[in-house]
Amino acid sequence: MRERFTVVDVVIYLLLCIFALSIFFAFEHLLSLSFSPSYVATKGGIHLLPVDPTLDNYIKVLESKYIWMGYKNTLIRTVIGTTLQLLITAMGAYSLSKKFFPHRSIWTFMIVFTMFFSGGLIPTYILVVNLGLTNTYAAMILPGLVSAFNLVIIRNYFMSLPEEVEESCMIDGAGRFRIFFQIVLPLSKPILATVALWLAVGHWNAWFDVLIYITDDKMFTLQIVLRRIIITGTQQMLDLNISSEVLANQVQSSPEGVKAAAIFVATIPILAAYPFIQGFFVKGIMIGSLKG
Amino acid sequence: MQLPDRTLRKRYKFFSDFRLYKKHAALAVLFLPTVVYFIIFKYIPISGLAMAFKDYKIGLGIWASPWVGFENFSFAFSTATFTRAFMNTVIISFLKIITGFPAPIILALLLNEVRHMKFKRTVQTISYLPHFLSWVIVAGLFAQILSPTTGVVNYILKTYFGVEKSIYFLGSNEWFRGTIILTDIWKGVGWGSILYIASIAGIDPTMYEAAVCDGANRFQRLRYITLPSLMPTITIMLILRVGNVMVAGFDQIFNMYNPAVYKTGDIIDTFVYRYGIGQMKYSLSTAVGLFQNLIGFVMVVGMNITANKINGSGIW
Repeated sequence: MRERFTVVDVVIYLLLCIFALSIFFAFEHLLSLSFSPSYVATKGGIHLLPVDPTLDNYIKVLESKYIWMGYKNTLIRTVIGTTLQLLITAMGAYSLSKKFFPHRSIWTFMIVFTMFFSGGLIPTYILVVNLGLTNTYAAMILPGLVSAFNLVIIRNYFMSLPEEVEESCMIDGAGRFRIFFQIVLPLSKPILATVALWLAVGHWNAWFDVLIYITDDKMFTLQIVLRRIIITGTQQMLDLNISSEVLANQVQSSPEGVKAAAIFVATIPILAAYPFIQGFFVKGIMIGSLKG
Repeated sequence: MQLPDRTLRKRYKFFSDFRLYKKHAALAVLFLPTVVYFIIFKYIPISGLAMAFKDYKIGLGIWASPWVGFENFSFAFSTATFTRAFMNTVIISFLKIITGFPAPIILALLLNEVRHMKFKRTVQTISYLPHFLSWVIVAGLFAQILSPTTGVVNYILKTYFGVEKSIYFLGSNEWFRGTIILTDIWKGVGWGSILYIASIAGIDPTMYEAAVCDGANRFQRLRYITLPSLMPTITIMLILRVGNVMVAGFDQIFNMYNPAVYKTGDIIDTFVYRYGIGQMKYSLSTAVGLFQNLIGFVMVVGMNITANKINGSGIW
């Protein structure tokens, strides 16, 4: 089907180029600002390469103890949260994957129902506060411990595994727990890896739960520190040397270059992992789109 | 008299099945944490919706607070702020559907016409990237790029397109919704196209070969093969999207709006956050949240029934 490269092709390639470049240059522009002194950002203009390259902005960001605490808290919630969520979800999914599990359809309905109707923000908030979870990692992990959607997807995968494998293990004398942990889980690595990545990216990017449940700034995660710096625009998170004159004005916001550097400091792990996880996600979306 | 017999047998089975938990004790143990989680973190908050019909006092707790019937609802409907938030939710959601829904389909169709695999893969990889970043980061990115004083977009408009005054993309009511919709497309279009690209890849290539033999040009192939083959996927996605009409995008708007654009940008979710968490008007905001939940529920269920009727491919 080799066809000539026509005007239509030119238009298509051009449109796609403009679209891809709008994403690429948004980051490229910000990247050069982050390496430029603050007067460059204040002056405005298009910058695809840093002017007067400097590391000042990054030094300021990395000197902030909040950035490092944010990194630590984000790592803790991502690792513990993802592990716990995956484990509990897989356990629940395994039981529900068994046709002989008592009241299976009632349990499934009870779980799937919450996908369509929930208590909403305020009742959940009051519950978490009443449980005394404010300012703990539990507040970032427990309220979203099991997602009905992930549970259904993992359950469907378990159901697609051949029944004979488990049966032969049973005959060999293995118990349910042993079969689950040593046979079923290893056999389900593809789906578990995909869901784990969804959960991990979710934790890395989560900010709202920290905003409402965490008031102690030692527990702030990266996204919230970042939100303070770039959106609320406070300098307090950066421990900059604020002159008394500026303090009197209070509303002085972080310099644009510093904001740009903060964005990259927080995004680099995702950008670095991106080429590797991207494929997994694409595969995952196809599994997720199958009928539950 | 078939019916009573059947219900009785069903009821008997329901109770006698409890014995089976002992038989499958290991499975029950594995399932226990899930049940406990759903009861505590999903069903207790649902019971907490009772707050919407009460005058919640922190000291008294949910159950001891006095009932007030529909007072919270009638109060909410009488305020201009709530009706505005409701209208904004529906309008923004509607605009997102008519522009944001076709966008990934168009992207997938454009990519399908590309014959250089390297180029195609590069565009795809770049297009997925914003999906992996939080709205905090994307909002920060656009706040800089769209800034009326130092932003690059205003610089280009002023320098090359003769625009005289800076445009306040995020600070003026004329531009806010448009900005919200465009940035939402920017972030989600690549990711949204995956499903359609996969559907296109699943189309039988012999159909195209036959069409070429019959002398169909690329527009005819698009019109008579690709689009009809995509139609089931498009229908389902559209129905599901319409079901979520009450979801206008809290993460995005909360990180991009400011008091200057409440008039066009304040949605129910941001309203609930400000009045509930911010001003601790728990009963009022719960009532508003419940109202939104109920509409959402009816829409999702209704749309799913429709999807199932059309070609049996709803999400359950």
